[in-house]
Amino acid sequence: MGSLRFVWASLWRKKTRALLTILSLICAFLLFGLLQALAVFFTAGADFVGASRLIVQSRVSFTDSLPLRLLPEIESVPGVKAVSHDQWFGGVVGENTPVFTFATDPARLRVAYPEWVMGDAEWRAFEQTRTGAIVGRVVADQRGWKVGDKLPLRSNIFPQKDGSMTWEFDVVGIYDGLDASWQSQTQSVYVNHAYFSEASQFGGGLAGIFAVVLEDVNRADEVARAIDARFLNSPYETKTQSEKDFNKGFFAQIGDIGLIVSLILVAVFFTILTLTGNTMAQAVRERIPELAVLKTLGFSDTRVTVLVLGEALLLCLIGGFAGMALASVMIGGLAQAAPQFFGAVRADATVWLQAVAAMLVLALAVGLPPALRAGRLRIVDALAGR
Amino acid sequence: MSTALVEIRNVTKHYVRGKQKVEVLHGISIDIPKGDFVALMGPSGSGKTTLLNLIGGLDQPSGGEIVVDGERIDRMSGGQLSDWRARHVGFVFQFYNLLPVLTAERNVELPLLLTKMGAAERLKRANIALEIVGLKDRARHKPKELSGGQEQRVAIARALVSDPTLLVCDEPTGDLDRKTADEILTLLQRLNSEYGKTIVMVTHDPKAAEYARRTLHLDKGTLLADSAAAA
Ligand SMILES: Nc1ncnc2c1ncn2[C@@H]1O[C@H](COP(=O)(O)OP(=O)(O)OP(=O)(O)O)[C@@H](O)[C@H]1O
Ligand SMILES: [Mg+2]
Repeated sequence: MGSLRFVWASLWRKKTRALLTILSLICAFLLFGLLQALAVFFTAGADFVGASRLIVQSRVSFTDSLPLRLLPEIESVPGVKAVSHDQWFGGVVGENTPVFTFATDPARLRVAYPEWVMGDAEWRAFEQTRTGAIVGRVVADQRGWKVGDKLPLRSNIFPQKDGSMTWEFDVVGIYDGLDASWQSQTQSVYVNHAYFSEASQFGGGLAGIFAVVLEDVNRADEVARAIDARFLNSPYETKTQSEKDFNKGFFAQIGDIGLIVSLILVAVFFTILTLTGNTMAQAVRERIPELAVLKTLGFSDTRVTVLVLGEALLLCLIGGFAGMALASVMIGGLAQAAPQFFGAVRADATVWLQAVAAMLVLALAVGLPPALRAGRLRIVDALAGR
Repeated sequence: MSTALVEIRNVTKHYVRGKQKVEVLHGISIDIPKGDFVALMGPSGSGKTTLLNLIGGLDQPSGGEIVVDGERIDRMSGGQLSDWRARHVGFVFQFYNLLPVLTAERNVELPLLLTKMGAAERLKRANIALEIVGLKDRARHKPKELSGGQEQRVAIARALVSDPTLLVCDEPTGDLDRKTADEILTLLQRLNSEYGKTIVMVTHDPKAAEYARRTLHLDKGTLLADSAAAA
């Protein structure tokens, strides 16, 4: 205990320097926590456990729309209970504010997504109104849209037959989420696919992606393989995965997340290594006479080595844990702000374990050289300033 | 006679610098009885510090024997020697060498960290030692907040706290003014006469040497005379 107090006091001998070093360690571990949490999330293997829906997309990329004519074939795959489809519309409002807009079949959407809650009358209105659109509660509140409003929506992909990029829809319903988590995800606009298909200059026969409801969630893996097998070697090869994995893939599109994360972290840790290493080396260099005094008092070489190493360890643990705590808070904030994307990202035990391992390795890397030097110190030389 | 606390027999010390061998001590023999207070004088470079470091177990002789309280310290390994120092020697240096990050009482407590003593006991002893040197009221001060003389008192308290067999002082008043030096020397004298501490003190200052029971003169690594001073 007495030794710990001593290590603690030594750490703070130059307050500004210690503080700056700890701050940079906090930054490093904040980045580590954030990025590593994302990387773990994205690189986790295919996850069919408890998948309630499968998403069928083009094998090439989810931006390649699949044609609507695949629908009956998908429906006929054993284990498939229902199928709906979503065509990305590329909607924007105002200056250039994107609104997640999908052209869908209202009846199929209602069956496939029981998480979207809306009155019977509104569902019926959506099915029966050619130019009908339903709006998620979150967007509706954000933009002040109400049932009965005309909704002028520009598409940045699909012109109408007359060449106009501006479409006009009628808001016929506002949908809610089944629970708080789904409620926060009511951020999309759905428009009637029949109308879209008929009025659009091109893209009429496109379904986009298919959402597949399973008869038995435990057979998700098997059904996914059966669907992909059916379209193998056809002009439209498919990639079927759980909804969760599909959402991840949406981001993984950006690039090889794992690699990017690793590169950033290598750069960060290299910087922090030099910085902290320098701090430790300096701290020991200016303290050589003091360390020699400890030895005259009877502190053994090993004990002096351990004291210096303990200082490096304390430094890395303080910075590391503070940074990781901050990362956890920020991830929690992200998850709350954008649950549809980040809801499942968290600094879990894996990330914390990796962080602690990083702290220990860092402490050894920056602490061991000066600690060994301190341990090897010859008293008479150090006292005489040699 | 082998009743001396410290027996130095024919001790030599040389340093090797490159190919050159520098002989610093040439066959020194001294007996220091328990309760003695010895001043070690001599010109700069005569080997005073070297000899003191050998007596205090900070360094090892090239030849000869050093026996302290019955133990051959010249044969000890580095680890044994640091254990031995912790139990038997208290050091006082010219520049105090306190740890700047610790308060006076924490500085004094340091040697006790090597014992199995509990925290409360350690602090109690540290404060007793500070009381002996007359600095109990400065226990919570950092070295920066103390004068040179006070710092040296703290250093002496640190040297005393583990109740060592031997106090070893290298120019303890070398950095102090006359008056403060006299106070420190009076303190050392008291430790010798009242507490029976055996002291070996290197000094340049003949006035300082007068406080000792006797003075040894070293010149170019050889002992000159052994003059008993009035105690
Ligand atoms: N580690 C070493 N390597 C080489 N030479 C050394 C070493 N230690 C001491 N010496 C030499 O030994 C001689 C005696 O040194 P020492 O420090 O014992 O002198 P001193 O009597 O204490 O002098 P001062 O009064 O200046 O402190 C000096 O010439 C010094 O240069
Ligand atoms: Mg000297």
